[in-house]
Amino acid sequence: MMTALDLLDTLEAEAIHIVREALTSASNPLLLFSAGKDSAVLLHLVVKAFAPALPPVRLLHVDTTWKFAEMYRYRDAVVRANGLELIVHRNPQAVAEGINPFDHGALHTTMWKTDGLKQALDALGCDLALGGARRDEERTRAKERIFSLRSARHGWDPRRQRPELWHLFNTQVQDGESLRVFPLSDWTEIDVWRYIEREGIALPDLYFAAPRPTVIRDGNLFVVDDDRFPLDGETPVERVVRFRSLGCYPLTAAIESDARDCAAIITELVESDAGERAGRTIDREDSTLEGKKTEGYF
Amino acid sequence: MSATRVKIVACGSIDNGKSTLIARLLLDTGKLTSDEREAALRGGDGAALASLLDGLAAEREQGITIDVAYRYFATPRRSVVLIDCPGHEQYTRNMVTGASNADLALVLVDATSGVTTQTRRHCRIAHLLGIEDYIFALNKIDLVADPAKVFAEHSRAIDALAGETGLARHNIVPVVATSGANVASRASDMPFYTGPSVLELVEDFAPAETTEAGFRLPIQTVLRGDGSVRRLAGTVASGAVAIGDVIVVLPGEQHATIAAIHVGTTAIDRAVAGQSIAITLDRQVDCARGDVITTASDPAIVADQFKADIAWLGDKPMLAGRAYTLKLATQSVSATVHQPDYRLDIETGQHLAARTLRKNDIGTAIVTTGRDIVSDPYNDNRIMGGFILIDRETGDTVAAGMIRHSLSRSQNIAWQQASVDRDAHARQKGQRAKILWFTGLSGAGKTTIANLVEQRLYAAGLHSFLLDGDNVRMGLNKDLGFTQADRVENIRRVGEVARLMTDAGLIVLATFISPFRAERELVRAMVGDGDFIEIFIDTPLAIAEDRDVKGLYAKARRGEIKNFTGLDSPYEPPEDPQIRVDTTAMTAVEAAERIARYLLRELGTIDD
Repeated sequence: MMTALDLLDTLEAEAIHIVREALTSASNPLLLFSAGKDSAVLLHLVVKAFAPALPPVRLLHVDTTWKFAEMYRYRDAVVRANGLELIVHRNPQAVAEGINPFDHGALHTTMWKTDGLKQALDALGCDLALGGARRDEERTRAKERIFSLRSARHGWDPRRQRPELWHLFNTQVQDGESLRVFPLSDWTEIDVWRYIEREGIALPDLYFAAPRPTVIRDGNLFVVDDDRFPLDGETPVERVVRFRSLGCYPLTAAIESDARDCAAIITELVESDAGERAGRTIDREDSTLEGKKTEGYF
Repeated sequence: MSATRVKIVACGSIDNGKSTLIARLLLDTGKLTSDEREAALRGGDGAALASLLDGLAAEREQGITIDVAYRYFATPRRSVVLIDCPGHEQYTRNMVTGASNADLALVLVDATSGVTTQTRRHCRIAHLLGIEDYIFALNKIDLVADPAKVFAEHSRAIDALAGETGLARHNIVPVVATSGANVASRASDMPFYTGPSVLELVEDFAPAETTEAGFRLPIQTVLRGDGSVRRLAGTVASGAVAIGDVIVVLPGEQHATIAAIHVGTTAIDRAVAGQSIAITLDRQVDCARGDVITTASDPAIVADQFKADIAWLGDKPMLAGRAYTLKLATQSVSATVHQPDYRLDIETGQHLAARTLRKNDIGTAIVTTGRDIVSDPYNDNRIMGGFILIDRETGDTVAAGMIRHSLSRSQNIAWQQASVDRDAHARQKGQRAKILWFTGLSGAGKTTIANLVEQRLYAAGLHSFLLDGDNVRMGLNKDLGFTQADRVENIRRVGEVARLMTDAGLIVLATFISPFRAERELVRAMVGDGDFIEIFIDTPLAIAEDRDVKGLYAKARRGEIKNFTGLDSPYEPPEDPQIRVDTTAMTAVEAAERIARYLLRELGTIDD
């Protein structure tokens, strides 16, 4: 409903409402924490929703072992600061087979992320998972519910999703089914940045422009994060770059930018017109984001 | 400072260019990325523009939209959530869902065909869901031969539609979605229209001044911080609250004063509708999820029975009497829906007889909850009056409901137990209290027969009273008309009066058309099954109309009376009345004799 509140106040209040509805209905909820900006905002809102008590939720990081080193440092610092419990899951099969983005392509995402997430949710008996996905990220997501029903096998059936009326959410699940809940559904990328700026939310430095060693492949700008990045006779060149979106480091391309703080990023976004996930090379592989979701990807 | 937000539900029939218009709004407000923009403008005919929004693979394959989609764009003054409702398959379900969260409706009308039944349908649903402001975009105005004339003609039709469906405010804009004329910027080649573009109207939209709504805070959870301080957390559904306000925790009568208000860890002095807060009270109260905190001077209604409009969304039809889970604000209770009073013809607004509600049907029915819940009528408060029903076996959301009014107001009034009760009153009169409920068409002979029955009872020394439909409407119910809602209220009041009279030990003869089974059942439930005798005065419509003692049928046939039972308003005959009187087979005197004997046997005064 329209109110006299300004946009950020409205979005914050709605997200807190959703988080409270979700966490008071679930018996074993998890917050999927990827160390990216959206999950940072989500965690901030979850803490705010239950202050001064601790939020009744554990954090789950489905680790691919291929995140940027700084994301791990950031993740551990944030968890310590909030006093919450963090569970890290790495798909043991992917560990054993040494699955990596350089040699295994799409299999890397399937095994580490999709399979890893399903394994962790099953092993932990999770009935509700909070995630930071937004509807404006990609056109398939435009039709996603805020409370998205997943089958016992984690599948997403677009025809079985429940109508969502007013601010009422149907939290009932049958045996084995679970809910994925997206409190930031109605936020846009700019809203997220304005909120980060207003609330002073800490983020990995990778979001802010700095000189970093880079190589260019297929027109994409990659940051050489550590010596696991196989150089094909290339010499990394130092460029002032930042990331709009953070995934696994070899799969996430950087952009050239001078934006060193939130205000500069907001200005850049207003003027830019490239898609937010444009740097995510996985979206462009054979299967679409919709296909990944149907199989259980977040 | 960011802009305020508005949520718009966009509706239109297939092929009148809704997707193109939405894509155009996104394009012209700079929401599309450069590659999307390039793809969108390919071909130049708008087809590529529209396909930009087809999100799911299944939709792309079928070339249609199957689900509600949410789009976002912003101007410096306004942040917009556009709720895109497909206009064909499952139209009602999608429209109801989309409209439930919208402030404003954007209705697409094709200038080459004008107002259609679908346009009526969209307006009626949006209006039912409480939307007051409408923008009609008259699209493809460039495709008609004489745009000025067509615009004027269609505008008259839209004005008429708005009046007929009761839309509070509306604007009409001629647009060309493919070129963007009058969408995000004003057209330069439409001399017959000099008004604002669609986007300007969206930017200028100001919701109607809401009357000072009472403060409502449905409690989501109770937070315990350090020490013993408890904070009650929830989202303000309406009104405002400030430190020092006296509140009441509903249902119940615990009063307290607001000591502190927090958003997160920040203390604030005052909170308004839409804010997610946590409040601290000046004393310990018993309060849990599902309770509602309201200002003490203006509490919500506490009741367990309602009249509600219900939109059925589930694949399986509604089952009257079955237990569903009802969710309203933060309350979750077991609830049953009675057989509907009627089903709404969404195109014409007519009320049709119905035994159940099927997917995409909208109807009116009584809902009974397993325990008292806290609510307000939907028209006063969308959050406190809107509910969903959940199928307990499948977990599916099967219905959306809007409370029109409560039928059993307990509202903080405790029933006073009288020490001289119904039986004592009746014993003193040497009888037992009963209700003889005469139902049947107008002109069936209810009052005539009831009068004869009462004379018989009087002669037998029994204490009775005749409550007549016409007489009650001259006094107690003179504020009520003959709409379905008023008829329900008419019977509810009469039922209450009859109940009070039976409590005084009287035998009450009530003669009311009472066309709906649900209301008669309601009265039966009020007075107790054993004391309610349903008498069906069964006269075929043709004979009642032929007699037409009061000349009412003739008037109704001339259109001077609307909602006339048997003609344009349904009559639901009793399924299993205690007594059925076929007036074509016996005289009024014979009928009265039969009824009197039945009663006297019930009272044990005679036996055979």
